[in-house]
Amino acid sequence: MNTSIQSAGQAQSDLSKGQVSPFWQITPFNCVFILFFIVPLLLILMVSFWDFNEYEILPDFTFKNYLSIFDGCLNTQEMCVTLKTYLSTFKFCFTVWLSTLLIGFTLAYYLAFHIQSAVVQTALFAICTIPFWTSNVIRMISWIPLLGRNGLVNKALIESGLVQAPVEWLLFSNFSVILAFIHLYTMFMIVPIFNSMMRIDKSLIEAASDSGASKWQTIWNVIVPLSKTGIIIGSIFVITIVMGDFVTVGVMGGQQIASIGKIIQVETSYLQFPLAAANAVILLSIVLMMIWALTRMVDIRKEL
Amino acid sequence: MSDSSSTKKNVLTDALDLANAASMQRRTLLKGSAGVLATGMFPAIHAQEKIVLRYLGTAVNQDKAIGDKFKADTGIEIQYVAVTTDDVTKRAVTAPNSFDLIDTEYFSLKKIVPTGNLKGIDTKKIKNADKITTLFTEGKVGGKTVGEQGTAPKKVIFLEGEKSKAFAKSPTQFMSLIPTVYNADTLGIRPDLIKRPITSWAELLNPEFKGKAAILNIPSIGIMDAAMVVEAMGIYKYPDKGNMTKKEIDLTIKTLIDAKKAGQFRSLWKDFNESVNLMASGEVVIQSMWSPAVTAVRSKGIDCVFQPLKEGYRAWAAGFGLPATLSGRKLDGAYEFINWFLDGWAGAYLNRQGYYSAVLDTAKSKMESYEWAYWMEGKAATKDILSPHGDVLAKTGSVRDGGSYENRMGGIACWNAVMDENNYMVQKWNEFVAA
Repeated sequence: MNTSIQSAGQAQSDLSKGQVSPFWQITPFNCVFILFFIVPLLLILMVSFWDFNEYEILPDFTFKNYLSIFDGCLNTQEMCVTLKTYLSTFKFCFTVWLSTLLIGFTLAYYLAFHIQSAVVQTALFAICTIPFWTSNVIRMISWIPLLGRNGLVNKALIESGLVQAPVEWLLFSNFSVILAFIHLYTMFMIVPIFNSMMRIDKSLIEAASDSGASKWQTIWNVIVPLSKTGIIIGSIFVITIVMGDFVTVGVMGGQQIASIGKIIQVETSYLQFPLAAANAVILLSIVLMMIWALTRMVDIRKEL
Repeated sequence: MSDSSSTKKNVLTDALDLANAASMQRRTLLKGSAGVLATGMFPAIHAQEKIVLRYLGTAVNQDKAIGDKFKADTGIEIQYVAVTTDDVTKRAVTAPNSFDLIDTEYFSLKKIVPTGNLKGIDTKKIKNADKITTLFTEGKVGGKTVGEQGTAPKKVIFLEGEKSKAFAKSPTQFMSLIPTVYNADTLGIRPDLIKRPITSWAELLNPEFKGKAAILNIPSIGIMDAAMVVEAMGIYKYPDKGNMTKKEIDLTIKTLIDAKKAGQFRSLWKDFNESVNLMASGEVVIQSMWSPAVTAVRSKGIDCVFQPLKEGYRAWAAGFGLPATLSGRKLDGAYEFINWFLDGWAGAYLNRQGYYSAVLDTAKSKMESYEWAYWMEGKAATKDILSPHGDVLAKTGSVRDGGSYENRMGGIACWNAVMDENNYMVQKWNEFVAA
């Protein structure tokens, strides 16, 4: 680690001496980055201040779109749609993040420290990834026949006499949305955490147990801090995906649960691009703030 | 494109048009033609190439059999581009050169025509234009005027000219869309699970069906279903359901939100197939539905009825439009397709799915008389009625839901609509989804 810091410092002082070649080396990438990322983003920002009618977007500078998004949000009696939607999205985000983190960490821990043979390890890791060979829409939709009113779960429950009438909240509910999210995105936690864990020097764990640390103490004081990078990277994946999702919420929630992504999608399909752009700008700033906060916890660049 | 309308050298104009398609900039145009030259595609060779028409529409109308039959008859290939109802409009407005033929609903014309992206279709080039049913040209069925609330086709079917951004008040030579299919929609029900007669739109929000109802999540159509329900429940009588004021929109959406909060809806649906699955799986027993979806549920052997209701039907109509930039052989090909479509084979095919075709006479000549009697005259089937794919849709002796063409189309109460307050409506609709 020390050497990497040193070399980074070296590079910086090289730069200050006027050696610009690293800049030239990354120019091609910068061009791609500017053309396909920065420019479209600026366009979105610009359009969010435009006006629109049924079929045109009209160049303008107006806060109308932002105002209409927060229309009624000062009303204290009932929460406005935007706040309500963000609140529900945050709830999903937190639940899914916590669940995927717990499941992902446990699985990665098992793979990294309990499986001794490298072959078995690779095989089990491959098994984790197999579901990802199919499209995520298919994986999502396959829950429907299972959870439906006449689905397998309900049939089993009724036949075993546990319930009299089918359980309704299994499908098209918050539960089914969260279930699908966890199923879809736990992998994004497993991979980076597993990767971090594999780089932990095994002798550190031996040293911990030699010093009398219990299993839990080892996990909490040695493994967790050392896999922090993986945890943060996994969290960034899961949080950004869930915050912007509209397909899973739509399909599993029976289109009855709002998400910001869904609102943006409806707006674009009704040609209300400036409104959609304004919503996108707000969503983007919120997600960026969350990621910024996460990266404060660990210097990812240094750790990688 | 005025600069490429000369048809002397079809081929070159085609190439230029393709270039225009990407962008109207001169640079792109030059690049495009340079590309054609570079690949050595000389006009003579290009001219013999087959025409491929990119047909933009929703999956419901894009039947493989129709494309295959047309190709067999004329050698022109149809390439289906299937997107959702909303996306058809979006592409017509934002990417008008990404298709050669558009199949869209009449209500979306209010958004598309003002952009100038559609070309008025010259009815002189349409052989059966004068035989198009009076429902479209005059708003009449069997001489009787039907409901006009909403975007009734007769309000938007005629354009002032070939290049026009405005609708004509009276019939002209140029049509915005040549009608393809249309129907009168109502609620679909599962009689085996409901076990009692359903006669009113109000039943959609009847607490008896709590957690077993669904409404479609396409604002322009869903709002009309909701309005039918509001009127049927006796909450409010709209002066014009198809053009609500902000207050009326608030009221309608509030009714939906209250029902949703009480747990009335099992799901909302956006895609035709979703509605089929909801109904077939028994998740839902009463919902907004489209005729071919009912047919699809029935062909699985499940009892499903497209229930006629005393308040009448919510009608819709779709038609073919041509992008303004279409020219040369592709334009001729598109006209040929439209003419072929009205010529009977396709009409008969659609009628057998429970739709109605634009020119009834030609379709009749391509149907068996017992089929015509069942589908169009509301008579009991004298033989088993088969779908175009050969599934049994109705057994001998059964009668079509809603009866004859005159009964069904004559019972239109309103049309799918784009309102003046459409932006507000969509915003409120989002509130309903979020509630």
